[in-house]
Amino acid sequence: MSDYSWVIWIPVLPLASFLLLGLFNRYFRKEPIAAYIGMLSLGIAWVLSLYTAYQYYFVSGIQNGKYIPYLPFRWEWLQFSDHLSIELGTLIDPVSVMMLVVVTTISFMVQIYSRGYMHGDSGFARFYAYLSLFSFSMLSLVLANNLFQIYIFWELVGVSSFLLIGYYFEKPSAIAASKKAFIVTRFADFFFLTGILLIGYFAGTFDIETLNSMQTLKWIGAHPGPVFMGLSAVTWALILIFIGGAGKSAMFPLHIWLPDAMEGPTPVSALIHAATMVVAGVFLVARLFPLYYFTGDGFTLRIVAVVGAFSALFAAVIALTQEDIKRVLAYSTMSQIGYMMMALGVSGYEGHEGMGYMAGMFHLFTHAMFKALLFLAAGIIIHAVHSNYMKDMGGLKKYLPVTHWMFLFAALAISGIPPFAGFYSKDEILHAAFKYNTIIWFTGFFVAGLTAFYMFRLFFRIFYNGERTYEHPPKENSKFMLFPVVFLGILTISAGWIFTPFSLYVSPTREPFSYEVHYFSPLVLGSVLVALTGIGLAYLMYYKPTDYPSRVARAFGKLYFWAKNKFYVDEFYLFVTKKIIFDKIARPFAWFDRHVVDGMMNAIGNTTLWISEKIKFIQSGRMQEYGMYFIYGVVFLVMVYYFFNF
Amino acid sequence: MYWDIFHLMRNEILIIIAILTVMTVDLFLSKNKKHHVIRLAHLLFAVILIWSLLPGKTGYLFGHSYLTNPLINFFKAIMNIGVMLIMLQAVNWIKRDLIPQGFASEFYILIWASLLGLNYMISSGDFLMFYLGLELSALPIAAAVAFEFFRKRSAEAAIKYIMLAAMSSAIMLFGISLIYATSGSIYFHDIVNTKEMPLLELIGFVMMVSGVAFKISLVPFHFWTADVYEGAPTVISNYLSVISKGAAVFILMILLFIPLRRYEQTWTIMLYVLAVLTMFTGNFFALRQQNMKRFLAYSSVAQAGFILLGVIGGNVRALETVIYFILIYIFSNVAAFGAVHVIAMHSGKENMKDYEGLYRTNPLISLVLMLALFSLAGIPFLAGFFGKFFLYATAAEKGYYWLVFIAVINVTISLYYYLLPVRAAFLRKSENPIPHFKSDIYTRIGLVILVLGILFLGLYSPVYEYIAEISKIF
Repeated sequence: MSDYSWVIWIPVLPLASFLLLGLFNRYFRKEPIAAYIGMLSLGIAWVLSLYTAYQYYFVSGIQNGKYIPYLPFRWEWLQFSDHLSIELGTLIDPVSVMMLVVVTTISFMVQIYSRGYMHGDSGFARFYAYLSLFSFSMLSLVLANNLFQIYIFWELVGVSSFLLIGYYFEKPSAIAASKKAFIVTRFADFFFLTGILLIGYFAGTFDIETLNSMQTLKWIGAHPGPVFMGLSAVTWALILIFIGGAGKSAMFPLHIWLPDAMEGPTPVSALIHAATMVVAGVFLVARLFPLYYFTGDGFTLRIVAVVGAFSALFAAVIALTQEDIKRVLAYSTMSQIGYMMMALGVSGYEGHEGMGYMAGMFHLFTHAMFKALLFLAAGIIIHAVHSNYMKDMGGLKKYLPVTHWMFLFAALAISGIPPFAGFYSKDEILHAAFKYNTIIWFTGFFVAGLTAFYMFRLFFRIFYNGERTYEHPPKENSKFMLFPVVFLGILTISAGWIFTPFSLYVSPTREPFSYEVHYFSPLVLGSVLVALTGIGLAYLMYYKPTDYPSRVARAFGKLYFWAKNKFYVDEFYLFVTKKIIFDKIARPFAWFDRHVVDGMMNAIGNTTLWISEKIKFIQSGRMQEYGMYFIYGVVFLVMVYYFFNF
Repeated sequence: MYWDIFHLMRNEILIIIAILTVMTVDLFLSKNKKHHVIRLAHLLFAVILIWSLLPGKTGYLFGHSYLTNPLINFFKAIMNIGVMLIMLQAVNWIKRDLIPQGFASEFYILIWASLLGLNYMISSGDFLMFYLGLELSALPIAAAVAFEFFRKRSAEAAIKYIMLAAMSSAIMLFGISLIYATSGSIYFHDIVNTKEMPLLELIGFVMMVSGVAFKISLVPFHFWTADVYEGAPTVISNYLSVISKGAAVFILMILLFIPLRRYEQTWTIMLYVLAVLTMFTGNFFALRQQNMKRFLAYSSVAQAGFILLGVIGGNVRALETVIYFILIYIFSNVAAFGAVHVIAMHSGKENMKDYEGLYRTNPLISLVLMLALFSLAGIPFLAGFFGKFFLYATAAEKGYYWLVFIAVINVTISLYYYLLPVRAAFLRKSENPIPHFKSDIYTRIGLVILVLGILFLGLYSPVYEYIAEISKIF
């Protein structure tokens, strides 16, 4: 039983649920039915994923000390040449199996959660249909065995994200946010597609296994193709692909869509914009890691590392100043993904050199759990208080006790305090970064402190910060919402030490190796200390209402103000698009189009109609005339022949 | 021995058996039991259809009068599929209009007899068999066109059809006799070998091609099309526009590519001129039609022009792309006529204006109509797109870039009028739209198959590969 033929059902079940709920929307007016269809399909997919993971990691995955890839399903769609074809397939390897587990777990939890959160919403079945569509696309993306399939589902993921952000389509801000997310990621995807096509041309294949094989890598090394600005074609392709990944993963400077995406319902933020879709960029780089590592002397990986580290810092600084709790979490997501990118960027390839890669994947795994938890908990809070803003909260501990504890666990996890999940993954990232470059390491180290600070700023301001009276006392009254939160809370506590060493599962060469966690090494102590400092500062400033925050803000002056306004990146983009592209370039083109092109088209159209009016008389309905035309036709054809031959 | 003969001619023999069976059974049915014929006919034809899908053999009978090979056999199967789909649509019409008059089996007998003629025609190995098949296909259909004798237009259409068909046959027969006079043989394989090319033979050749062009309704031999399609019962128009036209295109290709190969220079010019004329005329006339049947008639004239783009290629590739296109065209056009037919059956309306607001009351049939018209227009990724794309590729491969350019202009024009009914059904609102109706099970099955074909025939590449495979025999 190790042919993995069941794997195809993992994406197909959510697809079936989507088709059922989407096409027959009006027959599912009753909430429980729609919810149970979604939950059932995802539940089965979840169980299948866990079984796959068990089979792969513990039973039949390893042969000769190495994880071997399986291709249980493969269908050739378009054949271009002997080597180049587009397939649809499912590739089972350590990364994809890990992603399967992450995606199905979070999706399943969110499906359960939404039953409570979306209760009473008029588009309930539609919501579940979109959720299922997303799960289908994401699962097919992670299972893809070639770049083109990744691209197809990459776009589908983008579409479902667009649909879900704009779920409250009567809200103008939601529409604006969904458009923004779609356009920004599409802009990045343009580079992605260009990269894929370059790869297809210069490496001669889209197949991931072939691309990553030593043979292809050597061939690419020997045939670099045309060189542009000192970089070979394939290096450029990889940079372009990374831009695509950076768009989806909200890396600076393509991050502007992510905070706005929080306009979607909170379960969506948890599923898509925190745990699964946004890590697609990380996944993409990890998928092509050997290619990134060996092509162009790892130049692209250096870019990945720098972009990752900078985004981590940039987002963390903004997160310090935000007031909307979902936006804080959004920037925190961006910052953590920056970590993952950084980890991939600093990683080596073989054996213990591959720690960075392993740590990046590990962090992806643990981050998915605790970030989903944070968002789901935030959903409960928002649901209870009916506001997104911290100023409307405070002293919620006694109203929402379970949420309080779970939020605390997640905050400790993201701050990197042992033994919570985040500690294990984050520490390995810092380890790898330290070996690579001191500046990168220090950025990561500093961000760890910032993270602890802003997370506990959030935590204290929500749950403590004095007493408060609410018009409607907030309650945790939905079992459907509490269950996933508690379940993820348990994972947040336990996933770290259970899965350490993670390199037994995921490593760049697919050869499992083991390592020790040195709890008392200076590096670990340092990073735990900086996190504790952050927590301590937050405690001082926010545990009780004080005037420290405003004094600190004043002390930072301009910097605080810029950070609060997200460093004006949005405004910069608006300036470029509105003032320069729209006014100076688009308007003249529009004029030309409207007056010259359209004018010509209208003239042609009118002429056509005029001709058809004028020749109407030929079809008179008189048979004699028809017969006459027939004879004319024969004569005409003979004449045509004469004309051309004599 | 006899089994071999049966195997080579199985399609024709089975159709004859089916005709005789229905005829005999009909004798024993009293007037109020006629509807049993419907089920029997479908059953019989389903058997024929399945049998015809089995791979065919290569061989000849009657001293090369009758030829067959896998490609011809496959084309017969395509025609059977088309006829089956049309029969499914005809059921509600038969039940409502014909059975009260005491008819039912006559429809099947006529349409199968015509199909039998087409089968003989495309299997012909000499001009005699070709001519006989052609006539056998035309005469029963003339009767079928007049089926709704209680409507004046139906009778008028039948008269027009039979008179003009007779005239075209006469001219064609004259052409054939001229060819015989110069080459001394009516067998295709003999004509291949004659070397002279006197002018007389060329005139004969032009006359003969005109006769086939009449069937395909190429301009200027197309005048009967609109009047007959409009007057005839919709299912018969449907048959004329796909099955009879498809078979004529097929035999035209066989004739041009094998016995008349040495006139290639002549017929490419002819086809070029005819294609341009046909596309423009069909499209210009289609622009202003209000009656949906007339509209589809001109659309089918224009489509014939597009088909010539493939025929002009003159090689194996032309053969395969045209047959592939015909297969797709059958699905698209039968679906379009089917939608028009169903709507006309339930509401009696067949003008474009009556379709306004149709989507609100009958969303499913509106979708079928939309898919069919989009496929005819060649919108990706419906089947019609792939069909047209390959036709253009064939013409472009031969270097006829101007022709392809003209075709593209025509597709643009056609896009305009194909969108008109869709706009009426989906975007326009109406005070009194056609009320909601439910069609019977036969129609539904037929339409579902058609829609599936339109959606997936283009995407499922083995179909094309199979046609390409069996086309190599020439």
